Parts: sequence; C-alpha cells; structure tokens
Amino acid sequence: MNRGVLLLAAALFVLMVAAAPAALLLGMPYLLSLFQKLAILAIAAAGLNLVLGYAGLPAFGHGAFVGIGSYTVGILAAEAADGALASAWLQFPLAALVAGLAAALIGAISLRTRGVAFLMITLAFGQMLYFGAVALERYGGDDGMIIVRASAFGDFTLARGFGSYVFTLAVLAVVLLLMYRVTRSPFGFVLRGAAANERRMLAVGVAVPSYRVGAFALSGAICGVAGVLWANYTAFLSPAPLAWTWSVQLAVMVLLGGAGTLFGPLFGAAAFVLLEEVLTGALQPWRLDWHIVFGPLLLLVVLAAPGGIAGLLGRPQHG
Amino acid sequence: MNARALVGLVVLIAIVAAVILNQLRDDGEGVRIGFVTTLTGGSAAIGQDMRDAFELALDHMGRTMAGRKVTVLYEDDAQNPDIGLQKTERLVQRDGVQFVTGYIWSNVLLASYRAGIAGGAIVISANAGPSELAGAQCTPNFFSTSWQNDQTPMAMAEVLNKRNLSNVYVLAPNYAAGRNMVAGFKRSFRGTIVAEEYTQWPDHLDFAAELAKIRAANPSAVWFFFPGNYGTQFFKQYAQAGLLAQIPLYSTFSIDTLNLPQIGEMVVGSQLTQHWGADLDVPANRRFVDDFRKKHGRTPSFYAAQAYDSAVLIKSAVEATRGNLQDRDALRTALERANFESVRGAFRFGRNHFPVQSFYVWEVVRGADGAYALKLGDRVFTDHADPYAGDCRMAAAP
Amino acid sequence: MTLFLEQVLNGLQFGVLLFLLSAGLTLVFGIMGLVNLAHGSLYMLGAYFAVTFVAWTESFLLGSIAALLSTVIVGILLERSVVRGLYDRPHLEQVLGTFGLILFFNELARLAFGPAGLSLSPPPWLAGQINVLGIPYPSYRLVVLVAGILAAAAMYVMIARTRAGMLLRAAAANRGMAEALGVNVRLLFLAVFALGAALSGLAGILAAPLLTVRVGMGEEVLLLAFVVVVIGGIGSIRGAFVAAVLIGLIDTVGRAYLPGLLRAAFAGPVADAVGPALASMLIYVALAVVLVLRPRGLFPTAARTDVAA
Repeated sequence: MNRGVLLLAAALFVLMVAAAPAALLLGMPYLLSLFQKLAILAIAAAGLNLVLGYAGLPAFGHGAFVGIGSYTVGILAAEAADGALASAWLQFPLAALVAGLAAALIGAISLRTRGVAFLMITLAFGQMLYFGAVALERYGGDDGMIIVRASAFGDFTLARGFGSYVFTLAVLAVVLLLMYRVTRSPFGFVLRGAAANERRMLAVGVAVPSYRVGAFALSGAICGVAGVLWANYTAFLSPAPLAWTWSVQLAVMVLLGGAGTLFGPLFGAAAFVLLEEVLTGALQPWRLDWHIVFGPLLLLVVLAAPGGIAGLLGRPQHG
Repeated sequence: MNARALVGLVVLIAIVAAVILNQLRDDGEGVRIGFVTTLTGGSAAIGQDMRDAFELALDHMGRTMAGRKVTVLYEDDAQNPDIGLQKTERLVQRDGVQFVTGYIWSNVLLASYRAGIAGGAIVISANAGPSELAGAQCTPNFFSTSWQNDQTPMAMAEVLNKRNLSNVYVLAPNYAAGRNMVAGFKRSFRGTIVAEEYTQWPDHLDFAAELAKIRAANPSAVWFFFPGNYGTQFFKQYAQAGLLAQIPLYSTFSIDTLNLPQIGEMVVGSQLTQHWGADLDVPANRRFVDDFRKKHGRTPSFYAAQAYDSAVLIKSAVEATRGNLQDRDALRTALERANFESVRGAFRFGRNHFPVQSFYVWEVVRGADGAYALKLGDRVFTDHADPYAGDCRMAAAP
Repeated sequence: MTLFLEQVLNGLQFGVLLFLLSAGLTLVFGIMGLVNLAHGSLYMLGAYFAVTFVAWTESFLLGSIAALLSTVIVGILLERSVVRGLYDRPHLEQVLGTFGLILFFNELARLAFGPAGLSLSPPPWLAGQINVLGIPYPSYRLVVLVAGILAAAAMYVMIARTRAGMLLRAAAANRGMAEALGVNVRLLFLAVFALGAALSGLAGILAAPLLTVRVGMGEEVLLLAFVVVVIGGIGSIRGAFVAAVLIGLIDTVGRAYLPGLLRAAFAGPVADAVGPALASMLIYVALAVVLVLRPRGLFPTAARTDVAA
C-alpha cells in the first residue's frame, strides 16, 4: 500500500473520530451529521467498489441494495408498533441477507451480458426495484414515510446521536478491513485477474462467473448494511436511494476516490460530502449551486487524473 | 512522507476548516426563521411568490419583531421530500432557527416536520395541509396558516352539488395532497363519480393518455387537482384535445393568479373555492395586496397570502413573549391565540392547530383592462373545521 | 376501440420523440464508443432555446430553426472542447465525465434561463384537432408524429444511400480500417456528434409545447433513450427506430391498460397498487428480457458493443 494514501486515510479517520467530542464541545450537531453521512456513503461505495473497481464490472444499480437495507428497517418498524422487530440483531443480518441474495440474482442474470449492455441491465434492475418501492403505498410509496422506531441493540439505539455516530465509524472500519482481507484472498485475486484478462482466467480453469456472482452478493450485502444505517440516519423511508441517480452518485464516489483501491471509496465519499458543504456555503452569495464547480471537476478528474484521488496520491500498488 | 501526501493532507485540513467555519454563526438575540419552499423547477413561481410575500411582511414590520432583528434563510426543496428533510435538518441543526415555515407540498412537509420539531423549532406550514398532521399525528409545535387539504375541495363539491352535476370524472396526482383532495371532494359530493384517476407525481406532465380516457368515458363534468404549473399544462392540453367545449372542467387549487395570465382565456367564467382572494375586503388584506402589487407589479396568489400570514403570526408570538425565544412553550401558547390581523379576516386555531375559517366561491372574470382576475362570490362554509380535527389527541408538549 | 386507437397514437407520438433522442445516442455510442450521459442536456437545451427564440422571433417556425442551429453549435463546441478527449476512455470514466457535464449544463441552464419552468404554446395554426379515423386528435401531436417519421426516413436514406452514410457505416464497422483507407475520422466524428445534437435538439424543441421546459428534463428521458439504444442494438438506426416505437407503445398502452387488466384478474387493493408500478417497470422488464435473450439487442451491428468497460 502506498504511504501517501495510507497517511491521508488515517488523517481522515482520526478527524472523523475527533469530530464526535469536538461537535459536542463546539455545539455543532451538524458537523456530526455531516461526517455520519460521509461514513455511510463510504460504506456503500466500498461495497460497490468490489464489483465496480476490483472486478471491473460497470454496475449501475447498487442504490437498490442500499434501498433494500433501508426498507428492511422501515418495514419492520412499521409492522410491529411495539418495536418487537426493531432489534438491530435481526435487522442487520436480514438486510445483508436480502440485499445479498437480490444482488446475487441480479448479478447472475446481468453477467450474461457485458460492456454497455451490462451497465444497462444492472441499471434496469435498479429501476425495477425503484418502481417496486414506489408501489409500496403501505410504506409511504413515492412520498416516503417517517421511521418512528430506530434500530437498537438492546438499549443501544442507532437513532441519530453520539452513539450511532461511533457505531457507524466502527462499521466503516470493519467493512474496510473486510475489503482488505477479501481483495487479498484467492477470491480477490480471481476477481482482479478476470478484470485484467478474463480469457486467461477461464483458460486456467477458473469459474469466473461464479466468482463474480459471489462478488455481487458480498457487495450487495455491504450496501444493505449501509442501507440500515442510512434509514436510521435519516429516520425517513423513501425510494430515493433506489433511484438511478443515487446509483450513479455512488459510482461517482468510487471513481472520484479511486476505483479498485481500498481507500478510494472513503476518499470519494469525503470529497463528495465535504465539497458539497464547502462549495454550497462559498457560492451562496452568488446564488450558485455547487454543481457548477463539481461538474467540471469530475470532468477534470477523468481527463487529467483517471486514477482518482488515490491515484493522485501516488501509484497504487494493488490497492 | 512524500510531497503529494503532504498536499493531500493540507487540502483535507483546509476543507474541514472551511466546513467548520461555515457553521460558525452569530447566535445573537435575533429571530431566526427558516423558509423551505420550491425555488427551482416547474413550480418555482409558487416558491418565489411566497418568498416575495414573506419579504413584504418583513418590510411591513421594519424587519424586527419585538425589537429584535429578523433573519430569514430561504431553502429550496426542489419539490422533493428527501431534499426538504435535509434542508429542514440543516436549518435547525446548523443555522439554529427558531421557526421553520414555507412548505408547499404535503409530502415534503410530512417528511420534514419531525426533524424541524426535534431540532427545537416550531414548524408552521404556509400551504401544505396533510390529513395526518391534522388528525392522528397532530403535534403541539406544528401550526398551519393555510387549511387542511380536504377543506377546499369539500367546498368545491358543494358548488357542483348546487349545479346538480352527476357522473363526474376525478383526477389528481398520486401523492399525499392529491389523495386528500380527492377524499375531501368525495366527502361532500353527492353525485356519482365515474372514475377516480391518479397520475404519477411529480414528473407526469403529458396528460395525453388521461385525456383519451376522459373522452372515452364521456362524463358530464371533470373535477381535478393539479397545482400551479401542472394545472396550466392540464388546461392547455385539455383545450388542445378539443375537450373544452364538450365536457365542463372544475378544479381546486389549479387556477391561481400566477397561471391565470396563461390560461385565463380557457377558464373565464369558471368557479373555484378558496379561503382567501385578493379582493377580500379586510384592512390587512388591502394593505398586503396593494403593497405587493406596487412592489412586484402582479397580484399575489393564495400561496403568497398564507406566507404573509405566517410571518405576521410569528411576529404576534414573538411580541407576546417579549422576544423570549428560548421559551418554546410560551411561544406556542401565544401562537395558539392567533392574535394577529390575518389577510383572510379573523380566524381561530382548532385544537389541531389548523385554522377554523370560512370558504368562499370565486369566479374567473375578465376585467375592464383586459386582464383576468378572480371575483369574490358567495360564502360556502362558515367557521369550517377540518374533518380530521376529531382524531387529534394533542399530547402535552415534549 | 377508438380509445385504444387514441392510446396507440399517443404511444407512437411518444415513441417517435424517443427515436429522435436515441438516434444520435446510438450513433455516438456505436461509432465513437462513447456513453454520453450529457445527451439529455442537448435535449434540454433545445427546449430552452425553442422557448427563448420563439418568443424573440414571434414565429414558431423561425424560432425552432434558430433553436435547432443553436443546439448544433453547442454540440460542435462540446465535441471539440471536451467530448473528443473521452472517446478512447473506458466506459466508466465516460460515465463519470459526462455525468459532470450534466451537472454543469443544468446549472448553466438555470443561470441562463432562470430557475422557474418555462412553457411554450404550439403555434395557433396547430392548436386545433385533426380527425384521424374518427378521433379528433390534437394537430400538434400529429405534427410531432409526422416530423419524427420524416426524420427517421431521412436518416435511413442518408445512411443507406449517400456517400456520407457509407463512410459512417464503414467507420462504425471498422474504425481502424476506415482510417487506414483515408477517411478523416476526426471530421466524421464531429459530424456524427453534431447530427446527434441536432436530432436531440429537435426532440427537445418538439417536446417543449407538450411539457414544462425545466432543468432536469434531460435526465428523465435520457434513461429511456438508453433503453431504446440497447434494445435496438448499439449503433443501429433501424434498431433504434423499432425499439423506440416499441417502448413508446409499451409504456403508453401499458400505463393505460395494465392496471385495469390486473384489477379484472385479481380484484382488490393489491392490484390497485401493483398495476401502476408494473406499468412503470414494463420497459425495464422488456430491456432485461431482450438483453438476456439477445445480449446484443434486436438488431446487432458490428459496433464495439463488447469492448470491455
């Protein structure tokens, strides 16, 4: 691993940990909200990175798996008014399982195609799930619905606050550690090898498609976990995460940070969330939206720094 | 450590410093109000009208309430519940506002109100009136300066009843307010309803398929709810399809002073119901309408009138508590009295904090100057309370 | 029966608009291998230009022509400044870059034309109805239908019968070979992009009187245009036409009849909820089915569909 990348990642993490007491001392609850959003998006982007970055498959429907996670929380909260189903011990595994299975199924079908067709078919499945969520009028349909009960491990609630913030950071750390292990396992080598040269992998007798379906399942499950956190963070259930623009934004974070690198998703999510905040504030006097800067910036990254932020910090030595 | 990493670190620190600096604010003694409305997209004209009216109200009060300076932060919800929620949260968490008002759309309000209240603010809807907030989910720190969604279409249904219309085709967008509007219309309408159709919200603007169905159903009248720009589109396409001369159109919240210049010719002679109009003869209203026209060269819409009222309502509470903004309970008690000169004339708050007020008929007329306007007609309901108020068990304030 | 016929006409009219949008996209996709998300922005700009120029010239026709030319100029500037640098990039990077373009163009439109939605009325001579097989159909919609079919026919003739079309087919089939044989590929790419911009702009101009012209209108149709391109087969104009009409019909007729059919089959609230959702999903289901059965679309071309992303 490149030392510059490691340094920046460590700095960002220290900052996020330090933000919790700082926000309390300075009376800035918004700071905590901002960093928590960053962490959740980084988890989802890390999940997507396995497919998009390491396996090199242009999947553009991962917002749907985040959505499955948040609907798990919302539906269980709505169905048992006494909160019997609001246990996080139940919700995390269930969300990961459902999102993972959905991802495996969608992956298995989509992998029959490749290139642009693959991109489109993953997007199409994402849209189907989006309209499926819109049809759930019992759970707010298009309008969405306030989630009245946060997930909880016993007495430890994931409702917005200091505790849930620290928990989110811990999940981010665990997910990044998991990604570190997975991408260096034989499974990860097959994914990366097939991304570089699929024929060679097939020629040595590796069942590439089943590895890729596995990658889809794992990445979907991680996005499902991010969805549980997202639902608790916003306390609002809505089809928004399933919309294609959300999927594209997740992909933008991965690419902006550096696809196929361990910390790329974290950098990308940080750039996305923090730049939005800073640019929105800075451009307010002119009544300009931050997109007028962010759009050209994305273009610049593609044309001048296709490796993203991680690439700018130095040549990544396989992650 | 290499140079690139150092640059990266410096950039990171600079960005985070900027984020923190962004949040520093002068807490002071001032009154801070967040205003969440739609300032971009097809419905931006409504949001702009509300903003203009709110600014006019501030002008009228010298931009102070009980001697304290008033700061208003306008935020754009892009007509989207998720964005409305984010903006509301930002206003209470980052900007520390004591009041959040605005809210055109019921689904945006339903997504946002809880975050506003949880953040310590009092939420005042200046338009949206979802049934949930009037009934089962009514809550102490929420108020409305408009109406509950069902009421205006209920009054409209009475107009159709008087004309002995039967076989009416009903259309509305499929979101919280659309469903309330239809429920209200059905509650009072005594004829038969041929079909009840909901269109996708908010992107559905091409009504060709719906118009084909209406033509085939051949009802004796159509009643619909498509607010603002959606109403404009519906009227225009209805006329283009040649249906205007065949099947009479009735609507609620679909003709207003903002879209009247574009559709006046098609709707002249139409009747509609409302709780307020520019020609309502109330001293506060004359001042509001005259000054709005002087400042902006157009007649304010009902959205504007409600926004104006919400500013004056807030002022009444801040003055009653002598500017003690920390005491939310005292502010709420003051708000409950509705002790201010509303542009609609006197009204009181029901126990669910929605207005109990009168509704009238207005007719689209062509004035001597050739411009289209709304002319006040008969009163339909007097001191009308919304049908959900009975379900409201107002809890003690948290 | 007349209701069904009217819905079919509506579906065809929608399909034809989709074709105009997709034709340029499929060429740019097929020949240059570019996934251009910003294609929808040209549609939006066409609509904004139409509203502006029709108001200036006080003539629908003159205004539309000015709008079309302006969109083409924007397209040419866009190709020469930025898009050219994206042709040889992986699809993922193209998506990132052109997504950036969408954000930029949306903000630009907001600055130039204001945040509020704008509306445009069809010209008075098209405000009435024309009788089509007993249905009084809005004249303007009929004009959209005819204009789209004429554009499709013109494209077909150009590609199948002219020298420019031959070069285009050659470049689409084998870019390297065409280049080696002396075709000025850079110029050809510019021309293709400008043609795509023109068609997309035309779609925006024609759609302006049917919708509200606003920021973000490009993204709503962009996705549908991509569905059309992929179903039709990347790079195939004929495929785009067939797929566009198919998608237009499936979407319109599905929305009109599917909820009713479901209600007839399984009465109750479930059908009420599932019907409209299924109708919205229908085109994506169609896409998935086509891609699983025919991964290269209905009319596969020799274009670079299987280039790794």
